[in-house]
Amino acid sequence: MKLTQNDSPLRDNKRIKTFFRKIWNTPALLWGMIMLFLLIGIAILAPVISPYDPSKQDLFAILQPPSVKHWIGTDQLGRDLFARLIYAARTDLTIMVLAEVIPFCTGVLLGMLAGYYGKWVDTIITLFTDTFIAFPFYLIVIIVAFATGAGQQGIYITFILVGWIVFARVIKGLSASFRKQEWIAAAQTLGLPGYKIILRHLLPNVLPQAIIVLMTDMVGLLVAIVTLGYLGIGIAPPTPDWGTMISDGQSFITTAWWLSTIPGCAVVYTGIALSLIGDGLADIWRRK
Amino acid sequence: MSIALKVENITVSYGNFIALDNVSLEFQEHTTLGLVGESGSGKSTLARVIAGLILPDEGQILLGSQTLSRKRSREQHKMIQMVFQNPDSSLNPKHTIRQILAEGLLFHNIVRHSQVENRCRELLFRVHLDESSLDRYPHEFSGGQRQRIALARALSVEPSILIADEPTSALDVSVQLSMLELLNTLKAELNLTMLFISHDLGVINAISDTVAVMRHGKLVEINQKERFFSHPETAYSYELLSAVPKMPISNR
Amino acid sequence: MTSINPILKIENLTLGTKTNHNLVSNVNLTVEPGESIGLVGESGSGKTLTLRSILGLLPPGIKQLSGNIKNNGNCAMIFQNPLGALDPLCPVVSQLAEVVYYRQKVTHKASRTIALELLESLGLPDSLKQTDRYPSQLSGGQCQRIVIAMALACKPSILLCDEPTTALDVTVQQQIIDIIKSLQRELGFAIVFVTHNLAIASSMCSRLCVMKEGKIIEQGETLELLQNPQNPYTQMLIHSVLPLPDIERSVDLCP
Repeated sequence: MKLTQNDSPLRDNKRIKTFFRKIWNTPALLWGMIMLFLLIGIAILAPVISPYDPSKQDLFAILQPPSVKHWIGTDQLGRDLFARLIYAARTDLTIMVLAEVIPFCTGVLLGMLAGYYGKWVDTIITLFTDTFIAFPFYLIVIIVAFATGAGQQGIYITFILVGWIVFARVIKGLSASFRKQEWIAAAQTLGLPGYKIILRHLLPNVLPQAIIVLMTDMVGLLVAIVTLGYLGIGIAPPTPDWGTMISDGQSFITTAWWLSTIPGCAVVYTGIALSLIGDGLADIWRRK
Repeated sequence: MSIALKVENITVSYGNFIALDNVSLEFQEHTTLGLVGESGSGKSTLARVIAGLILPDEGQILLGSQTLSRKRSREQHKMIQMVFQNPDSSLNPKHTIRQILAEGLLFHNIVRHSQVENRCRELLFRVHLDESSLDRYPHEFSGGQRQRIALARALSVEPSILIADEPTSALDVSVQLSMLELLNTLKAELNLTMLFISHDLGVINAISDTVAVMRHGKLVEINQKERFFSHPETAYSYELLSAVPKMPISNR
Repeated sequence: MTSINPILKIENLTLGTKTNHNLVSNVNLTVEPGESIGLVGESGSGKTLTLRSILGLLPPGIKQLSGNIKNNGNCAMIFQNPLGALDPLCPVVSQLAEVVYYRQKVTHKASRTIALELLESLGLPDSLKQTDRYPSQLSGGQCQRIVIAMALACKPSILLCDEPTTALDVTVQQQIIDIIKSLQRELGFAIVFVTHNLAIASSMCSRLCVMKEGKIIEQGETLELLQNPQNPYTQMLIHSVLPLPDIERSVDLCP
């Protein structure tokens, strides 16, 4: 280990440069981020760049193939598909992010508690994780959807109920192994209370792995949202959503294949972007 | 000289395995007790019991005149600090050196908030490290430097007892000597009582005033250093001393 | 010592990574049959890499950039972490028998017999003959003896030792060193012994090579080197060995 030269004013610059160089040297992360930023950019700018209103129907121009006027064509009600696609991106991405917030926080917290304290705390939390994980995810979603009515709230509720489990399990294992490290013992010798050790010492060390799990989980969540939309119990029309678009286009698969395929590709694109970012981050943190 | 710390009848067992079997020890103030033993002897367990990291099944520890309760107070924690064996895992990899050193200072109110930066610099200076280290992360330092930072952290809260659990075992020989000298210097300057654990008898000889030998969780022998090395009293101690590989020449 | 036919000859060995960082530079080493050479140095000195390059066991990313290694006999290696060198899921006698089977090209039954003989010569308990045990059920010292037995099963002319005693207790250390020495007397193989412990190296080896940062900075006969070290780094290493006072007399010792 060599001591790096320390010039204070240049130091921050150097850190930023190292940060960017790391991303540049990790192709997975680089491409994933480019893809994701592109997607987010388009989604944010949807009202600006969309050539048409996504709900505007034009019954004289139904089922048009891709053309100059309608870049990806139109659906069975004459709505411009490109407009619907990018507005759907907004819907789906928003749900994907928001639905993860609470499960992520609770999952990481419970995982750290279970891993750090062990014994009965671990037993109780594991009891919950093992019970909930026994139920198939889609079963719970459908039950909740029927109970609360179709729509976004079904997804949010289900995810708050069971989405935390995957985080809790991973972070628990990680916390339990960090627990044996001597820097935790040093903090305990100083007399720091458990909660301070967990928040100040453990959290910064488990966060990288938690984020990687988050990326993968978001892909799964996106597929869940799309599947529910496809099944008709997801987001209600006329809000555009990739799932309902795929479902709507089903009957026209032989004649107007682009109706289902293009939204499907959008889902795949998002999934790849997130997975690449997750991979890239794992690479960087493993190297360090 | 008075007794700084007293360990009375400490027993620790994990199921059927007895890690510590009725161990009693006394630490004279301002001296270094060298604890030696092979793996499984219980020396690290004893260190952790004294530091408050492991609760004994039986027995108690007296710090000066007060008995340390099972849940120690902040003040009691402050009095006994520890330096660990593995430099790779004794510092939180996600914290800067400043954070590492300031933590104890702030938690125990050793100095006012405004004085923390200065005190951190002094602490580093005392272990022969530059103040520019404050902004850096542990992985940017060598093993020896990390041990010195760990030492600075332990000493930041002004303990009266320092436990060193094989602090030089993972270091290169060239660095080992300087670390031992540093420990000796600081111990004298700060009037510490030290428990130094090692499996290396050469190191024990260099640093201890008193030597204690442990085996299979029991205290086998305890004696003044000179007497221990020249006239070991038990067969096991003799076995340990004879097993140390010796240089074919005198190197002093 | 004039060499007629050295058992191992390393000439101008340079090992490095793709980024042109040389981990070992220009190492020259000759080992005569039956000789013991100590490679002494601290971490990062390149001693382990040099040893591993003899068997071609370099870690990924590190290549031999120049020089050659001439090997006139069988090599076998024993490692630092005895538990890590054994398959945790395979009982030890079976592991040893497997090595014998493949290296000595005998039948399965014969390989088991030879394995048990080897274990006996290494002082392992007879109980192993009745019930085979897993590495995790044995102590560090016992595992290291198994590893030595596996090395011997290859009937080596050179035994490469990569800090085999560092992870062991001092009393066990002594036993392992004694075993290696007596086996060497009996079977006549050469030894290349890598260690950071100068005391062990000088008790085992007739010649020492001191390595620092990838280069051999001094080498010579053990006693000569220790009494008249030329290089300041060697002098520093010698001075770092903390001496023990002599035991004056052995008393009536209580057990």
